[in-house]
Amino acid sequence: MADIAGKTQKNPRVPMPEQEPKVRARNFLEVPTGYTMKMAQEEAARCLQCKKPGCVTGCPVGVDIPGFIDLIVQGDMSGAIRHLWKMNALPAVCGRVCPQEIQCEGQCIVGKKGQPVAIGNLERFCADYEREHGTGELPPKQPSTGKKVAVVGSGPSGLTVAGDLIVKGHDVTIYEAFHKPGGVLVYGIPEFRLPKAIVAQEVNFLERLGVKVECNAVVGRTVSLDELFAEGYEAIYVGVGAGLPKFMNLPGENLVGILSANEYLTRANLMKAYQFPDVDTPIPHGKNVVVLGAGNVAMDSARTAMRLGAETVKIVYRRSRDEMPARKAEIHHAEEEGIEMCLLTNPTRYLGNEKGRLTGMECLRMELGEPDASGRRRPVPIKGSEFQVDCDLCIVAVGSGANPLLTSETSDMQLNKWGYVVTDPATGKTTKKGVWAGGDIVTGAATVILAMGAGRQAADSIHNYLTLGW
Amino acid sequence: MFKIVRRQEMTGGTVILNEIEAPLIAKKARPGQFVILKANENGERIPLTMADSDPEKGTITIIYMVVGKSTALFRDLQVGDSYQDVIGPLGKATHLEKVGKVICVGGGTGVAVLHPITRGLKEIGNDVTCIIGARTKDLLILEDEMKKASHDLRVCTDDGTYGHHGFVTQVMQEVLDAGDVKLVVAIGPVPMMKAVSKITKDYNVPTMVSLNPIMVDGTGMCGGCRVTIGGETKFACVDGPEFDGHQVDFDELMMRLQAYQEDERDSHQHYCTIRDAK
Ligand SMILES: Cc1cc2nc3c(=O)[nH]c(=O)nc-3n(C[C@H](O)[C@H](O)[C@H](O)COP(=O)(O)OP(=O)(O)OC[C@H]3O[C@@H](n4cnc5c(N)ncnc54)[C@H](O)[C@@H]3O)c2cc1C
Ligand SMILES: Cc1cc2nc3c(=O)[nH]c(=O)nc-3n(C[C@H](O)[C@H](O)[C@H](O)COP(=O)(O)OP(=O)(O)OC[C@H]3O[C@@H](n4cnc5c(N)ncnc54)[C@H](O)[C@@H]3O)c2cc1C
Ligand code: SF4
Ligand code: SF4
Ligand code: FES
Ligand SMILES: [Mg+2]
Repeated sequence: MADIAGKTQKNPRVPMPEQEPKVRARNFLEVPTGYTMKMAQEEAARCLQCKKPGCVTGCPVGVDIPGFIDLIVQGDMSGAIRHLWKMNALPAVCGRVCPQEIQCEGQCIVGKKGQPVAIGNLERFCADYEREHGTGELPPKQPSTGKKVAVVGSGPSGLTVAGDLIVKGHDVTIYEAFHKPGGVLVYGIPEFRLPKAIVAQEVNFLERLGVKVECNAVVGRTVSLDELFAEGYEAIYVGVGAGLPKFMNLPGENLVGILSANEYLTRANLMKAYQFPDVDTPIPHGKNVVVLGAGNVAMDSARTAMRLGAETVKIVYRRSRDEMPARKAEIHHAEEEGIEMCLLTNPTRYLGNEKGRLTGMECLRMELGEPDASGRRRPVPIKGSEFQVDCDLCIVAVGSGANPLLTSETSDMQLNKWGYVVTDPATGKTTKKGVWAGGDIVTGAATVILAMGAGRQAADSIHNYLTLGW
Repeated sequence: MFKIVRRQEMTGGTVILNEIEAPLIAKKARPGQFVILKANENGERIPLTMADSDPEKGTITIIYMVVGKSTALFRDLQVGDSYQDVIGPLGKATHLEKVGKVICVGGGTGVAVLHPITRGLKEIGNDVTCIIGARTKDLLILEDEMKKASHDLRVCTDDGTYGHHGFVTQVMQEVLDAGDVKLVVAIGPVPMMKAVSKITKDYNVPTMVSLNPIMVDGTGMCGGCRVTIGGETKFACVDGPEFDGHQVDFDELMMRLQAYQEDERDSHQHYCTIRDAK
């Protein structure tokens, strides 16, 4: 796609080197292998250093893009990463997973006529360079305020809050339900897209700054918010994500061989089940795999199934290609790896055998009708178009909701009708005094950078509260 | 790290008791709740019900049967060794209520899970008859403890080596026939819970069972533990693990429990090979 088409244009972007599709479709190593210094500087030179940069308005956290790119041009890599960190605590992550084509790169002036500057690739390069060559020097910290802050959840949102508040001199402890910190970055997004060593290093960086990380702490069960206050915490940030799998409620959904994407990806990523039996957690190896849904989660599931040795992997989606919510680059990668797109197709029921195992599913063909409330043309079933798809594994990736485990134990925190936490949009304050919330538990499943942006905003508000009052 | 402070082998080493330091969990644990344990970095997350907890000492007790790779790995842990991760307390606590005459039926390691519930039911003033069973005498666990926790203990063995010769269901039926039973609690192998629920349905006696589907997170995040209750899908880790036995689709549960059977065999074999080589 982008990088390939670019070759025919003037001033094309420097393509990102990648593992060959045939090879990578069977391993879990990262797909794009990263720029060299020379490539990065060549790409950085494509930036026009706009006075009114569109790219910055496209970035949800307002990274000074021309600023850090100019430092790459000058070869000041230490300066570049420090400049990035001012607005974005996790550039190694965002450079890899942000939907740049609809954010920063989508607004880049160079993109109007050709291909936009590869901002994500450059951001990633700076972070990787720092990891490999940096001094590991910690940013300066304000003197201790003696104030204790608890952060619930260690996803991008919670990590951002922790990082911001520790340098402001507060005493920060993260409480994480899983045995490993990182949220979706460790349990959801696969190794081949975001190596777990990178996430571990980001967490380690926070720990070196003084952030304490308590894993295996299910807040609402192991300890409640009120008990945390009783222990002396003066502010709490709730960043527990949108960890509730949605199913389609079709007949046969509990057959063996039908898993939520959450379960499938958790087994694969967090539990490293692709190394079974060297690790103890099993994962189903489907021969013919169907993935329901067409977002990033669906692409990640499909590409994981391929890497686990599937013969065929189909994405089944009821709308058309234009409506697929996944990043373009991910769809492109998936197709290169041999994943089939069955668009305008809607599953109606699962088929199983006498052992209760999945053997296939029945689907209906759809066509696009009138636009619906979302402005997208509504898919309507074509009468009599039922057909069967053979499959022995189905991953349901049709979205997620608000997990009530913590919120149902916290009666004085207001929720909306879908169970998400209600907050003041300017500060992230919830209706419970001393408690802030942000990320997917407020917005519903969104993006890493939005979760981080919400974290930064709340951290500012928490800091004001701790120094000035509610 | 969660240190093992006491370890006891039962039934010739096929059932193991561990008392583990986990002060936060011990403070909160209620009868019927479970924990998830992971032995080491590469370990699997294994759900086990707490058979006991001691908030003062800061310990919890688990009793598990060695059935596959992960429980075999747990068996190798000695006093002073630690589990890398213990998560909990998870699941809803048993709803303990004074109703009158109650039968508690336990089979296999289900007896361990049943123990704190039985004790709780007796403490709040119920008249508790307890029926426990095992395949053979050597596989019986917690007989003395169950005797103390109830008013009347009946023991059954499938092979007649001890107590009543036959299944727990036969003894249960006798007690039901004597009348006035208000509640049955049945915890054990799925076929046992299914058989108990079938009988108590005929007697129209409310029946509570504790379900053990395959779990990963234990917090309602993966949906792997789904069970069908009265035609509706529930997540056993957060909606249960206890449910109305008359509503449970036991056949589905049995099939779902076999999802990874071949892998589990490979995994266990792999472990034994590595261990023997050492
Ligand atoms: C498979 C997948 C692929 C994705 N791909 C992309 C992508 O390419 N680009 C992109 O921008 N976004 C992507 N997203 C979305 C993005 O990952 C999320 O929007 C983001 O991670 C939300 O961050 P968060 O901090 O709000 O929550 P999360 O990352 O969900 O973290 C929440 C953390 O809180 C913990 N927690 C939950 N309950 C409790 C509790 N009671 N006590 C203690 N801890 C608790 C959870 O275990 C978890 O670790 C993807 C999501 C998934 C699932
Ligand atoms: C809420 C709950 C409470 C439980 N309490 C107890 C208890 O107190 N004592 C006890 O002996 N057992 C208990 N179990 C069952 C125990 O979790 C399994 O025996 C154990 O996971 C087997 O693991 P393995 O690797 O040794 O064996 P495997 O050979 O891997 O599995 C043997 C069988 O155990 C079941 N199983 C496998 N993995 C899991 C998993 N991740 N979660 C649940 N079941 C699994 C499957 O049916 C499988 O066929 C409980 C299960 C649940 C869900
Ligand atoms: S944070 Fe994301 S949107 Fe912002 S500049 Fe970086 S890659 Fe672009
Ligand atoms: S809009 Fe494009 S060219 Fe302009 S500053 Fe941003 S990245 Fe550079
Ligand atoms: S174990 Fe994952 S939802 Fe219950
Ligand atoms: Mg196992």
